[in-house]
Amino acid sequence: MLITRKAEFSASHVCAQASLTPEQNREIYGAAANPNGHGHNYVLEVTLAGDPDPVTGMVFDLKQLKEIIQKSVVEPMDHRFLNYEVPPFDKVVPTAENVAVEIWNRLRPAFDGSRAQLHNVRLYETEELYVDYAGDRP
Amino acid sequence: MTVTRRYKFAASHRLHAARFSESENFELYGKCNNPHGHGHDYLLEVSVSGPLDAKSGQVVNVAALDRLVAKQVIEDFDSRYLNMDVREFQSVIPTSENILGVIEDRLQAGWRATFPAGPRLASIRLRETRRNLFELKAS
Repeated sequence: MLITRKAEFSASHVCAQASLTPEQNREIYGAAANPNGHGHNYVLEVTLAGDPDPVTGMVFDLKQLKEIIQKSVVEPMDHRFLNYEVPPFDKVVPTAENVAVEIWNRLRPAFDGSRAQLHNVRLYETEELYVDYAGDRP
Repeated sequence: MTVTRRYKFAASHRLHAARFSESENFELYGKCNNPHGHGHDYLLEVSVSGPLDAKSGQVVNVAALDRLVAKQVIEDFDSRYLNMDVREFQSVIPTSENILGVIEDRLQAGWRATFPAGPRLASIRLRETRRNLFELKAS
């Protein structure tokens, strides 16, 4: 069974590679390469997979999941400029893809030894663009 | 990893099968058979899958995807009467199922030239109204 919890955070970013010219960055990232940055209201959907516990009837305690997301993702990223304030985005371009991978990496250890496993991270950068990441599995 | 992009187009259509009588068509398609057609604000989702490029941090160049979808689909479909204005629907009934099939063919036709080594088209979804959603896994 799958269960999904939603969270939101607002952050700014610049998508550009230091080794490229402004023109090359604009070609790859469009307006997202603007050197002073810009922001999004990110919407995150975290999906867990597992069987309901026969006693509690729950796959995972959603309050606990909310706290894990809050602590690992929302607190460090909300109202931040990702490139300057949230490692590894001082070195890694904070595209929606890379932010989704980072969120996955921050969340996954919380489910070690749990009956529920992290199944998918969906990150909406805007209503028109979202990314699904399910770890390294193909 | 999968990246999904949403697009919109507004179009009208009429569902009518030439092989059936007028009453059979009305029986089959109901209001969608109205002789003068009717329209929807369609929402199209295009999902693209591939490896994450370590340098760019991207699965797909979204600007290139936007250009491809605009050229192959949106420019021909938006603010049109599908049955009369879009070549394929002169012979194919523009149900959402068939619209998805045509959109897949059109995207695949330009895919290789746009993304020579790049990601693959994974799936497309069409929302005809808030209550109707159709999904096609790309072949």
